[in-house]
Amino acid sequence: MLRAFAAALRRELRVAARHKGDWLLPPLFYLIVVTLFALGGKPNDPQLAAFAPAVLWVGGLLSALLNLDRLFRADYDDGTLEQMFLAEHGPLAVVYAKLAGHWLLGGLPLALLAVPLALQLGVPTPVLGSLLTGLLLGTPMLSLIGGFAAALTVGLPRAAVLLPVLVLPLIGPVVIFGAGAARAAAAGLDAAGPLYLLASLLVLGLCFLPLAATAALRNSFE
Amino acid sequence: MSDLLLQTESLSVGRGDRVLFSGLTFAVAAGELVHLRGRNGAGKTSLLEVLAGLRAAVSGTVARPAGGLHWLGHKNALNGDLSVYENLGFWCALQNCDPSPIAAALERLGLARLRHRPSRTLSAGQKRRAALARLLIAPRPLWLLDEPLAALDVEGLAYVGRMLDEHLRGGGGALVTSHQALPVDATHVQILELA
Repeated sequence: MLRAFAAALRRELRVAARHKGDWLLPPLFYLIVVTLFALGGKPNDPQLAAFAPAVLWVGGLLSALLNLDRLFRADYDDGTLEQMFLAEHGPLAVVYAKLAGHWLLGGLPLALLAVPLALQLGVPTPVLGSLLTGLLLGTPMLSLIGGFAAALTVGLPRAAVLLPVLVLPLIGPVVIFGAGAARAAAAGLDAAGPLYLLASLLVLGLCFLPLAATAALRNSFE
Repeated sequence: MSDLLLQTESLSVGRGDRVLFSGLTFAVAAGELVHLRGRNGAGKTSLLEVLAGLRAAVSGTVARPAGGLHWLGHKNALNGDLSVYENLGFWCALQNCDPSPIAAALERLGLARLRHRPSRTLSAGQKRRAALARLLIAPRPLWLLDEPLAALDVEGLAYVGRMLDEHLRGGGGALVTSHQALPVDATHVQILELA
């Protein structure tokens, strides 16, 4: 299974390297959205810093949705999905690899980009640690929940329209705990509680959502 | 199953909420090619998908060979951004098979000089040949081929004919859908007509 996982992850990165626009677009969109918030507010407005965690989280979430419908679509269209399901050890390793690839190329850059954007919004430096830790724990959940939703809709026409409706309600707890950790740190409180909850959600998501995505993909053959 | 590679018993196959056919019992023996025929929409592809294990049957049973099978669907399973060689290498990793025969398989199918070209730059017939190369990379006793001759030129048809003949002589079996006559030794062939 490890060989299949490594090969599938290499393949994801190789395809992304040949389609730079696909993974450069979400960070660029994120940069523009958050910068527009900064431009829309008054300079050095403390309200802007107070809303910054929510802006950074929601902006990151919307950016991550941009290329989500392509996660399994190409493999479904070209028949690779069929070969994945006939693989010696089944499709699960490839599903894990595709979700890992989505996070490496989407969630991780967005989490790292959030640090300079937070400074731009006037977030105090001591809060940055909680914000970044929350995003590093929360963005994999975006890939896991988004991957499940992409698998559910892979055989449907206009899946890109349906995806946000499926993903946004499910991602609510992640945004609440993630932004909550940064808000707690900004108020001088201990941010560990929401971060532990995020970590728990991530462990649960890693255990169950790839299985659910695999079952949803199998359903696309029916 | 002794020398039987595939056996179905009272198989019913459907698509959506519609049953396409029911009560299908047949077998594919070693050294035998079953040519599956039927009008458009009769359920040939659906039957092959059930036999491959991609979809569930409405009812009935399928016994598959222990040594595994090859599935070649309508789609070639080639990512357009990757070269033919990269696509087949990925498939080998999925199947946990040795990738060293890839070069020889591509050579045999006349694709050696195209192996590092992105798949999207190949013609439809060249893509079909690249998909067929999988049959030569990892030996499997049973081949399930859905319209394998689609888009192939005369030379490609001859390649497929030789591959099938060698496979059957080596004790393999195949179930093939095609609207054309199969370019193989007719003594191997049984016809299965879906009404």
